This record gives sequence, structure tokens and C-alpha cells, in this order.
Amino acid sequence: MAVGTDGQQADRTPLIYDRSHPGRRGVRLPAPDVPALDEAALLGPALARTTPLGLPEVAENDVVRHYTALSQMNYGVDTGFYPLGSCTMKYNPKVNEWVAALPGFQRIHPLQPESTVPGLLELLASMESILGEISGMDAVTLQPAAGAQGEFTGVLLMRALIRARGEERHTLIIPDSAHGTNPATAAMAGYGVAVVPSNVRGGVDLAALRGLVNGDTAGLMLTNPNTLGLFEDEILEIADVVHSAGGLLYYDGANANAILGEVRPGDMGFDVVHLNLHKTFSTPHGGGGPGSGPVGVKAVLEPFLPGPRLQRAPSGALSWDDNRPQSIGKVRSYYGNVGIVLRALAYILSHGPDGLREVAHTAVLNANYLRARLADRYPTRYDRSVMHEFVLTLASQKERGASALDVAKRLIDYGVYPPTVYFPLVVKEALMVEPTETESKETLDRFADALAAIDQEIDASPEALKTAPHHTPVGRLDEAEAARHPNIRWSAGGGPPESTGP
Amino acid sequence: MANGKVPEDRWYTAEHEWIASDGTVGITDHAQDALGDVVFLDLPEVGRHVERGTVFGVAESVKSVSDLFCPVTGTVAAVNDQVKERPELVNQDPYGEGWLVRLDTVDPIQSGPVLLDAAGYRALPD
Repeated sequence: MAVGTDGQQADRTPLIYDRSHPGRRGVRLPAPDVPALDEAALLGPALARTTPLGLPEVAENDVVRHYTALSQMNYGVDTGFYPLGSCTMKYNPKVNEWVAALPGFQRIHPLQPESTVPGLLELLASMESILGEISGMDAVTLQPAAGAQGEFTGVLLMRALIRARGEERHTLIIPDSAHGTNPATAAMAGYGVAVVPSNVRGGVDLAALRGLVNGDTAGLMLTNPNTLGLFEDEILEIADVVHSAGGLLYYDGANANAILGEVRPGDMGFDVVHLNLHKTFSTPHGGGGPGSGPVGVKAVLEPFLPGPRLQRAPSGALSWDDNRPQSIGKVRSYYGNVGIVLRALAYILSHGPDGLREVAHTAVLNANYLRARLADRYPTRYDRSVMHEFVLTLASQKERGASALDVAKRLIDYGVYPPTVYFPLVVKEALMVEPTETESKETLDRFADALAAIDQEIDASPEALKTAPHHTPVGRLDEAEAARHPNIRWSAGGGPPESTGP
Repeated sequence: MANGKVPEDRWYTAEHEWIASDGTVGITDHAQDALGDVVFLDLPEVGRHVERGTVFGVAESVKSVSDLFCPVTGTVAAVNDQVKERPELVNQDPYGEGWLVRLDTVDPIQSGPVLLDAAGYRALPD
């Protein structure tokens, strides 16, 4: 099946609107026993709708079957291998869900008196201290609701400290291999960006960094291991260079899965850290649940953390402290996505320190095993051992006629979620693979076999790649046409979509 | 080495822009191939002053977002409105219908420290 470029009228899965039948109902309501309101009189003609709503008219079983069918099209970590580089799509243990669903957590409200939720406050305090220990930081806020928001919070904290010192600095230094969120965060916080290039080993070019830092440098944002999966082994010198210029070091925790229990950002010289609970600590990802991006800081930054903060009275009782004059202010309502924090805490406690260390070891082992299995056909640009992920360059495949996108699309036919493509930008025809620790050797072997088979297909049956995927509800989408002329509204009869009204 | 077509009748930057002797500017065949399908172009207004080596616009493709760099200092004399409506022209005809802007400049349009001739552009390291 393929969807036409007009997105309409093609041989596609029916929409709920296609199942509509005039007069069909799931529930029939009794006639109202109060006078009907005249909405035109109440709202005025400008606001009252005069055209039909156009809602689908369907029976209850139509609705259930429709959405069950949609749910069966899902692909996720519960259905198969998901080696999406830089995303740490590990399996999410179900015990996490059991914990978060306990009635004592589910049936409470953030505005309840603190005295009625002491257990939850204890768990939040203990999560703060656990994440502080894992990251080597002195204080942690659980408030940010995602990695990017954690970054934004962290950079605002750096800015607040710099200003409290009576300084104005305007530039953040960011490597050319960084996640796009880093420069976006810098811009959001009002900073300009200076890009430090990668050296021949794929790490930060120290000499170039020395040339970039000056009195205008607010800090450096760094992921370690970086997006190439390479550990920045000169991190202590890097930290020195930045600190000597009066700047601060921000640790993007996107790749923390690789270092759990082995090395701590705080010991590497970082001043601020965010951790992605939905990556490293196995909480649901993407559409599967809200994110959570706790931020840890060294003591000097603690006064600026967003409020409220948990405080412990001499009696031992925990309560919320919102009297924090130097705080950057709230970044999210209440104390973040508490249900997600509980899932991550369940994950951490069920693993324990040795278990977490083993997570990192196995994640690194899996990545290196896969890299070695693929190396004869799919090289990496930097011939080094990697940490938790690696970036293949498909430059030779491209010369033979298949782009990284073609190979990724063909992988779908082999039952695998395609890895990240075209990132980081420093690698040509990049295919970025992160297997995570939760996959078996058999799964890794199937993936390597699939990539080897696809490599042979480039010469033997190139069309198989160009037209892939073949077994999904929609085939190869015309991404360029979709971006140039997006058509995202359904309209009755399949004609051109209604214009978007004011 | 820059892949793709490199016409002899214009000059090139290391950032993969070309400029013709009348000041017309576009991106090279190599650049459009590396970008992939271009889906959006952010181009300056007519009359804007632009500085050599600075960013004058942005090309967004299905893969990435890339800055466009000025080959010379000058004023924007014309903008290709057609390419703004149909960015695919950059992919289909980067040296013709896919041109981006025309600059009025007093800078010499010739090989030098900034501009490369076709042979010089082809010889760029990868």
C-alpha cells in the first residue's frame, strides 16, 4: 500500500470519519429536561458556530475496533528492536508501571497538604540524593519535564551565577557534533554560540577550544560520551580550559547510559548536569509518556535552582520551601512529572549500584559487538572503540547508489526500527546505532545480518531499497513534498482541506 | 573534492555557493546533493546590505538546516521569488532556475583569497 503524495484518496487505513454513518450512535442521550440554550444569543454571532461540526457518527464497537487497529500498527520497545541512536530506547521494565500505579501515588494531588503525603516527599528527596550521587552533584531539582527543558534550566542557572558575580558573558561554546538542542538552548537563554570543531579522533579539538575561550565565554555545553559514541578522554583538560577563562561546564546527560556507576560528570569537572530519566532510567519515551529532565548542580549554583525545594525540618518532616530570592523561578508546575520520577526510582532501586554499573558495561559491550560485526561493510569514521553507540558512514553505499535513508527504510522490511540518520552532521551519510543493554546477542546478530543482506541488495536488487518499506501501512513517504506542501487536515469528500480559520 | 557539475563560467566559495559575473548567487550541485531535497529557503529582502562571509539566508532540507554565506559584499538587487515557492528548483537546476539572489557589488568577482574558479572548487578537500 502506498499513500499518494496528495495524502488523500490513496489506499490507506480508514480514518474514523470513513466509518461514519448518518445517525449511528454509541450512546443515546435522553432528551434534555431543561430548556435548551440559544448559544448564538449567549455568545454573539461572531463566536457561535453556524456550520455542522462534522463529527464521525459511529457505534461503540466501531470506535473500539478503529483505535485497537491503530494501536496494533504501533512499533515500540514492547514490540521489537529499536536501535535509535542518541535516544537510548531501552526496554522499560513493567515493575516501574506497577510502582507508579500504586493508589497511594495515583490518587493524590500536588496541592494536598504536605503532611498527607510524607511518603511521596521522602521518595522525591531520596531520588534527588540518588541522582546527585550518580552524577556527582551537590543538589538536584526534579522539576524540568524533559531533556531540552533541563538544558534550558541548566543554562539559566549558569547565567544567574555569572550575573550574581557581577559579570556579563555572551557566548556558549558548543562542539560541532552536539545535539541540536544545545545551540537552541543557548539561543533561548540569550547566548551566542561559538562552535568548537572535532579533532581527528572525533573529540573536542583542545587547541581550537583554547583559541575560542575568553572573558566573554559563559561556558561549554558537552555530551560525554559525545554523539559519536566517543569518550572525551581529554575532559579534565577541557574543563580546565573553560574554568580558567571563568566559564562553566554544562553536561548534556543524553548519553549518561554509557557511564553509569563508572564515572561521574561532577568528577569530570562539570558544574551543571541534566539527566534524561526517559533515556537512562527506562521511563517511557516519546508518545509513551511525558519526559523528565532533572538537573543537578554543584553547591555554588544551588541558590538559583527553581522553587519549590524540599526542605527538612529539625523534626525530620519534609516540606516545600518557596522562599528562594535568588531562584531563576519555576520552570514547570509543581515538582515536575512525579509519576515518571517514581518509575525511574523503581528502576534505580531494582538495579542497585552494581546493577547500574552492569547496565553501562552491557550497553558498551553491545555497541562494540555490533560495531565489530558491521565493520567490514559499514565503517565508522573514527576507528576507535566506542561507548554506548556508534555512527556508521554509508559514503560507500551512497556511491553504489543507496543513501543512508534507503538503507534505513529497507531495515523496516526486516522488522527493525531504523536507526537515526543524517546525525551528527560531521559524518557523511550517517547511520547512528544505539543498541542499549536490554537486547540479546541473537537480536544484535539479526540486526547485523539484516544490514549485511541490505548491503548486498544495493547491487543485486537496488529497487528493493529505493521503494522500501513494503509491508507497513504506508510505504515510502515523499518527505520533501510533505514539508513543502503539508496537507494535514482531513476534509469530507477527499477534496482540498478547509483553510485554517482564525 | 567537490562532486557534481562545476560550470567554468562562475566562481565558488568553500561553503559551496556560486556567483556569476552579474552577481547572481546560488548553491552548487555538490551542495544540493549533500543537502538532499530542499524544502524551504529563507532569503533576504531586496535592498538589504550583506557582508562577504556572513550569513544571508538559510536552506532547509529534509536532512538539515544550513546557512547560506555571501560570496561578496553588496546589496541584494533581486531575489528569486520562484525558488521560494518551489525550493525543489535548487535540486533540479542549481545553476539555472534554482538561483537564489542577485547582488550589486563593487567587490571584484574573480579568483582570489575568497572566490575560487571551477578548478579550484573541484580541488577542495572533502
